[in-house]
Amino acid sequence: MWEYNDKVKEHFMNPRNVGVVDNADGLGEVGSVACGDALKLTFKLDEEEKITDAKFQTFGCASAIASSSALTEMIKGLTIDEALKITNDDIANYLGGLPREKMHCSVMGKDALKKAIAYFRGEPLAKADGELVCNCFGVTDLEIKRAVAENRISSVEEVTDFIKAGGGCGKCHDRIEELIAQVHNTEPDEVKKPSPLTNIQKIRLIEDVIDKEIRPALKKDGGDIELIDFEANNVIVKLRGACANCKTSQVTLKNLVETKIRELVSPELTVMEDGKDENYIC
Amino acid sequence: MKIIYADNNATTKVDKEVVDAMLPYFSDFYGNPSSMHTFGGRVARRINEARASVAEMINAEPEEIVFTSCGSESNNTAIMSAINSFPDKKHIITTRVEHPAVKSRVEHCTRNGYRGDFVPVDNLGRLDLDYLYDHLADDTAIISVMWANNETGVIFPIEEIVDHLKGKKIIFHTDAVQAPGKVIVDVKKVKVDMLSLSGHKLHAPKGVGALYVRKGTRFSPFLMGGHQEGGRRGGTENVASIIGFGKACELALKYGAKEGAKTAKLRDRLENSITGQIKNAVINGDRENRLPGTTNISFEYVEGESILLLMNEYGICASSGSACTSGSLEPSHVLRAMGAPYTLVHGSIRFSLGKYNTDEEVDYIVEVLPSIIERLRKMSPFWHDSQ
Repeated sequence: MWEYNDKVKEHFMNPRNVGVVDNADGLGEVGSVACGDALKLTFKLDEEEKITDAKFQTFGCASAIASSSALTEMIKGLTIDEALKITNDDIANYLGGLPREKMHCSVMGKDALKKAIAYFRGEPLAKADGELVCNCFGVTDLEIKRAVAENRISSVEEVTDFIKAGGGCGKCHDRIEELIAQVHNTEPDEVKKPSPLTNIQKIRLIEDVIDKEIRPALKKDGGDIELIDFEANNVIVKLRGACANCKTSQVTLKNLVETKIRELVSPELTVMEDGKDENYIC
Repeated sequence: MKIIYADNNATTKVDKEVVDAMLPYFSDFYGNPSSMHTFGGRVARRINEARASVAEMINAEPEEIVFTSCGSESNNTAIMSAINSFPDKKHIITTRVEHPAVKSRVEHCTRNGYRGDFVPVDNLGRLDLDYLYDHLADDTAIISVMWANNETGVIFPIEEIVDHLKGKKIIFHTDAVQAPGKVIVDVKKVKVDMLSLSGHKLHAPKGVGALYVRKGTRFSPFLMGGHQEGGRRGGTENVASIIGFGKACELALKYGAKEGAKTAKLRDRLENSITGQIKNAVINGDRENRLPGTTNISFEYVEGESILLLMNEYGICASSGSACTSGSLEPSHVLRAMGAPYTLVHGSIRFSLGKYNTDEEVDYIVEVLPSIIERLRKMSPFWHDSQ
């Protein structure tokens, strides 16, 4: 049982502003049945772009309904510029706090509001830029980085609590950890790295690391490794000799090869074995 | 507020007779069954009486029963015992709808050098037996298939599978924690090698379980320690609970069939009334082959946690397969394996009735549920879109 405070429960039991505003000026829809929650927000403006009425329809759990109810109460009477400043924390705080695992419900409110305002302004909806990290919930690296920075997040579990990423099959946990590390390691004035390595430089470095660091270690156990290809930060290798048939070769690949390459070349690289199905490595 | 407890697959009320049987073993007869003195020895005798009661319930021999701390421990013990007893065998078969105690253990094994095959189910939650038989390998160490599914109540054809496997040297384990006291479990008729039981699913307390291990089955302990349980499970016995478990099995054997029939009637009435009164309410699972008290119903376009919380306001206790109630964000793996669409999975509610439920309680649930669903549908954008 989730521990909801009285205010959340009260908004769930007696939600304000359920429905759809007639001739709405703003319309924002987020979420989906597959995700388990969805919110449709509509609002009406006066001539000064002040929100005079706001209504919601929500499919979801108690905190999703309470967050939607809170959001509509909060934005009434605000100009859209003022409304845009509302953060998911503000929504959670309005409700006296949400359980950590339910913070994504407040994020959904904020996202719907942004969309509804973009709709009114006729702005094209922001494309989901970036690399898709969590396939289960369709979350990109940019969204994860933003959530990590805005909410001072330090673990994968917290990322899941806030934006759901990582809450499904779990295959993206390593990548989320990297993104968290990247955000925390990036000082504001360091955002633009001086000069990133070119692909040719990367390949040369990778070959160097394999020759000097990795191959000698594998040879001790009768194994060997060959660099097959390099594209889009994926280092494709082939394990040979004793390694080729070793049941723990995947462990070797991640623990030794990838760790060394990330440490000595670049942290955004991923090592994969040529022609191997990675399905059950979560 | 009166509590209407319709969540008996989660846990059950401890029977008064069970409590009475346990009470002397806290402050009066608190000896350690392993001690040399008579004060401890008499406790050991009572444990063996309880062992005989558990054995009798499933038509086993007392020495085939190993007491554990819970169903999860029994399941983990069974799988680890099989793979440790046959170190050359590197393959495990189980189903896609197992309890996490089996599922997580097998998944863990597949990350550590084992191959795992997960038998799929059809849209009624029935096993694809051909898949199972097609995936048998020379190095299959263990097959683990639950007796009955905890979420849908669907009963699997364990006898048919075991007969098919006859003569093959593969350990067959079944997680039967949901079955006894509701349906007959007879290990002389259904020749499984190992079978997991849990006390709190049949009116004994939480914190006690058992693993049936057929005589002659290779066994390797999971919890190492002293010589308790014939060296098969270390750790000082949970004496009072084991005695309570014995009592509960005695009662289940005596009254289980009669109570099961009564519970099935209540469940059918609950189910028919709900689907009769609420639109877009769908029963999940094979209605022909189900545990007597279980019904899993999906209410389209609404979300399970919200239903549970509103029912909670009326004192009604049930469960949901929705993502928001799972602790993670993944909705029920059982309903997903059955190919249920997300509109159904997130709005699924499991009612599980037991021997203490009454006609009045069913009436009450049927009275309040339609308004709860209607209230949530009014708020749901998908409901409006569908209308």
